[in-house]
Amino acid sequence: MLRMEGVSKSYNHRTSAVTALRDANVRMNRGDYVSIVGPSGSGKSTLLLMLGGMLSPTHGRVFVDGASLYDMTPNERAAFRKKNIGFVFQTFNLVPYLTAVENVQIPLFLAGKDEAVQRVCATELLERVGLGDRLDHKPSELSVGQQQRVALARVLANDPAVILADEPTGNLDPETGRQVIDFFDELNEEGRTIVMVTHDPSAAERARTTLRLVEGTVLNGKAESICAGYA
Amino acid sequence: MHLRKLVWREIFERKNQLATSFLAIFLGITAIVAIKNITFYSEKAVARELDALGANILVLPKSATVQDYYSADMQDDEFPEEYVTMLTMSDLQGLDNLSPKLSVPIEIRGRKVTLTGILPKSEFQVKGMWEGAGIFSLPAEGCGNTAEVPDAFKPPVEETLVRKRVIDDLGDNEALVGADVAALIGVQDGDDIEALGETFIVTAVLPQTGTVDDSRMFVHLHAVQRLSGKGPVINAIEIVGCCQAISAGLVQKINKLLPDAKVVTVTQVVDTQIKTNHMMASLSTVFLVIIVLVGGASIANYMYANVFERRREIGTLMALGAGSSLILQMFLLKGLLLGLVGGIGGYILGTVFAVTFGPRLAGIAVMPMPVLVLWAVGLSVGIALVASCLPARNAARLDPCATFQEV
Repeated sequence: MLRMEGVSKSYNHRTSAVTALRDANVRMNRGDYVSIVGPSGSGKSTLLLMLGGMLSPTHGRVFVDGASLYDMTPNERAAFRKKNIGFVFQTFNLVPYLTAVENVQIPLFLAGKDEAVQRVCATELLERVGLGDRLDHKPSELSVGQQQRVALARVLANDPAVILADEPTGNLDPETGRQVIDFFDELNEEGRTIVMVTHDPSAAERARTTLRLVEGTVLNGKAESICAGYA
Repeated sequence: MHLRKLVWREIFERKNQLATSFLAIFLGITAIVAIKNITFYSEKAVARELDALGANILVLPKSATVQDYYSADMQDDEFPEEYVTMLTMSDLQGLDNLSPKLSVPIEIRGRKVTLTGILPKSEFQVKGMWEGAGIFSLPAEGCGNTAEVPDAFKPPVEETLVRKRVIDDLGDNEALVGADVAALIGVQDGDDIEALGETFIVTAVLPQTGTVDDSRMFVHLHAVQRLSGKGPVINAIEIVGCCQAISAGLVQKINKLLPDAKVVTVTQVVDTQIKTNHMMASLSTVFLVIIVLVGGASIANYMYANVFERRREIGTLMALGAGSSLILQMFLLKGLLLGLVGGIGGYILGTVFAVTFGPRLAGIAVMPMPVLVLWAVGLSVGIALVASCLPARNAARLDPCATFQEV
């Protein structure tokens, strides 16, 4: 379903070239639960962004369901994301001036849903993540855990087949982090593909497959063996 | 959720940052609306005053001076009556009325009097001050109409009773007598009076005007031409010209049409009007430039800052599937709302300012001008949209990876 073939990404930083990802070959099937681990600056987020159609590679190709993502125009990629991919961010990235329910309505608005339908769906999703009593609260009026749950409700709004999460528990306390990972388990059991960048060994252990990146190079392996180094 | 709501909520979230650029466009529009409103009524007021004064352009023989004309209304020289036809048949705009005259000195009952031949309708249209006679209340023609002298050059049309009396009933043997002449020779309405060997019936004694007209006797132009033996000539054409047309070079155009005549304006009055108009126009232009530069720059600056501040939000929207056109629309709609509110608010405050302070600043009554709302909103929205274009385009082209801090 998700495939990277010989993907590299280089940046020019001042006068020197920095390689964030080199010759990555990755294959993920529908329903996979993958964690991506590695030290800071190893290229985890770069890989995640490329899978989400947000960052074009310097070399190589990225395929989703057989379609080459970067042969599409930027607007075609945006439309593809809207239908198929959900992003979860470390810092939640909620729109600060909108309420919880309005934040969840955004993907539905982008999908062209009627406003009444948006409201009903968004309310249901917030109730599912346990925030039925916080519908009209702005992000600043919610705890960080609640904010992440709003972000999770938002990611489900367009019913994506693939969820890409960048350090979803990075800003959360252990208990709230565990709740978020439980929620990912639940979403994976529903058949969604989960790809999660994390520094948290316990979160990485929950994935069925782990990709480890070291200095831009992808190593395949099981979570147990890779996470042993964090203990 | 819809686009308008998204934009509106963001505006209210960051309203303090918006305040400066909103004030720039709002106050700029206010100033321009106030100036335009006051200028419009100022021009109207001066035009009315000029109409009340009578003619503001004189066509005289080359040898005559304006001083000669106003001291005695007589010159030795004449020019053909055909000049009136040339003016009437021309395509000059702004000739509101023409009044050809021929004046000759005569003696009546041993007293020296000026006998002035006139084409009645045009004469009395010009002399608003004579309306006190009670029978000459002709309305002034609208500004910009080409003059008509129906008695001589146009077939009669259906006219009011008052108009008929003025034009049709002042026959070859009828006369209007100035107040001083009437007192000097002792005549009243209906009396007979002899001049140049012909008897005239006094149709009306004109009220005191305090001008040389008080020492004149008016009869039909063609009667004066016949009795004086001068033929179809005149020695002056008084013209009521539209002020704006005079500003736009009407005098020069008449000069070109009648190169053998001297064309002069009642310069003091017209110059004041022209100077006032020019000053107002310059002021309006200055404010227009200020609002375009300051208002536009302020909005553009705010929009650039807004785009920079919202990079994460824009990236998030893109990650969620928003296309570049939606991002573009978000910022342009914001500019549009800013322009709309600034334009309408500026129109309201500018109008209130003009109506309140117009009488004190310009000494005239000022009324609201609804047409200016279109002008104000058009200008304001235009500036806001143009100023928002580049920032909006930058936002639409933003790299969505800005969403992630690591990249």
